[in-house]
Amino acid sequence: MIQKSSEALSRRAFLGMAGAATGMMVLASSCSKNDDDNMMNNGVDLGNGDVGILNYAYALEQLEAAFYTRVAQSPYNGISASENALLTDIRDHEIAHREFFKSALAGAAISNLEFDFSAVDFSSRASVLATAKAFEDLGVSAYNGAGKLIVTPDYLTLAGKIVSVEARHAAYIRDLISNGSFADNTVVDMNGLDTSRMPADVLAVAAGFIKTKINASNLPR
Amino acid sequence: MEFQHIINEIKKVDPEMPERLSDRRTAMKSFAGIGAKIGLAALPFFIGSIFKKAYAQSGPSQNVVLDVLNYALTLEYLEAEFYAMGIAKGTALVPAGAPAAAIKTIGDHEAAHVEFLKTAITASGGTPVAKPTFDFTAGGTFANVFTDYATFLAVAQTFEDTGVRAYKGRAAEITGGGDLLTAALNIHSVEARHAAHIRTMRKANGFGDVKPWITGKESGIGSVVQASYDGEEMTTQAGINIVNINGAMISASAATEAFDEGLTKEQVLAIVGPFIVQ
Repeated sequence: MIQKSSEALSRRAFLGMAGAATGMMVLASSCSKNDDDNMMNNGVDLGNGDVGILNYAYALEQLEAAFYTRVAQSPYNGISASENALLTDIRDHEIAHREFFKSALAGAAISNLEFDFSAVDFSSRASVLATAKAFEDLGVSAYNGAGKLIVTPDYLTLAGKIVSVEARHAAYIRDLISNGSFADNTVVDMNGLDTSRMPADVLAVAAGFIKTKINASNLPR
Repeated sequence: MEFQHIINEIKKVDPEMPERLSDRRTAMKSFAGIGAKIGLAALPFFIGSIFKKAYAQSGPSQNVVLDVLNYALTLEYLEAEFYAMGIAKGTALVPAGAPAAAIKTIGDHEAAHVEFLKTAITASGGTPVAKPTFDFTAGGTFANVFTDYATFLAVAQTFEDTGVRAYKGRAAEITGGGDLLTAALNIHSVEARHAAHIRTMRKANGFGDVKPWITGKESGIGSVVQASYDGEEMTTQAGINIVNINGAMISASAATEAFDEGLTKEQVLAIVGPFIVQ
């Protein structure tokens, strides 16, 4: 059933939505110079509706992919073979997510974002894993929070396919830091529920690592 | 809690709702006022009662929501009792220290999920299904499930990975389900955290060559649990090939690992059927 519904989400459906958004972008680019400047000042517009949510996910996957690419390029001191292999796996998963959204959104996709990882000491296991933990937990909470904003059932399914992989990453990274902390009470409440955050809260946290200004004001709330 | 937001959402889907509910709006506002005073433990009931009032006429139908929640409850009963019985065996089954602590953490979550879902179902106007009678040996297939640590963890991994797939498989049915959808998603990701940890435990003990994520459709257990992993080998998503996507070096294995796949209700019931006596 799931496979069926995935297939039903044809590329054309995606491109159809993308086409509408592209039209809006063309419209935007025909604005006067002053308007253009205003748009620049407001940052990269994620857009609205489901496209906005998909761009929001795309932005977060860009962040994670860029981070793990750096981690894999310069592994921290004393990294074990197993850690190196699994962190490289995670890099590949995040790149797969990033490129999936890029392809799916096509013309409606936001541009490549620029990141600032100056707060991370890539030679330090503690620094890298603490950052990874923050990103993974943030990612899980972002997808969990955005679920109710999604209108198209197939997109919700797709988000579900990704969020559980982010949760697997989060659990693994947490266990590397402290075995047994995979689902501790800093992320799971007394009802056994994980954390969910709305886009504004997520982006406020992520902003510390993203140089490019992001305009999320048109996202559904 | 964003009750005003819920009302706004309803208006979007059903513009006539404000008129139909006009005499209820005062009540909703007073709900918002007392929201801050309601403790976390009372939340399921509160969400449920709001849901019943607000969403009965729009979004996923009450019947669909209740069906999904009772389905989830059945799986949580299964997991909760499984861990409770395992924990009851003490260190004869699960070694003291980190392993026992991890199993307790997971078991506590599953028990909390049972309570949460029962409360949410009742508050949503439904009746929680009764707890089935379970046979965790699955008719003898896992005869040593509570005496052999490796078997216990193999069954645990299968339950957790299946649980993740079960929630995922039905999420789309409750699209637009507001805070109840969020709650289901918040359980779904906890199950994924559990799955990752159990898989790490199995790997560390040499019980199975598995990673925290699912590669291809490999269980690392054997054909007996294969139905829980079939379908995970997908390398295309929404018609887009993930292998080497856009020139990135993404292997087929990584492409399958990067996306977890759902299971239909029928697939899940066939998987857990052997564990349910009645």
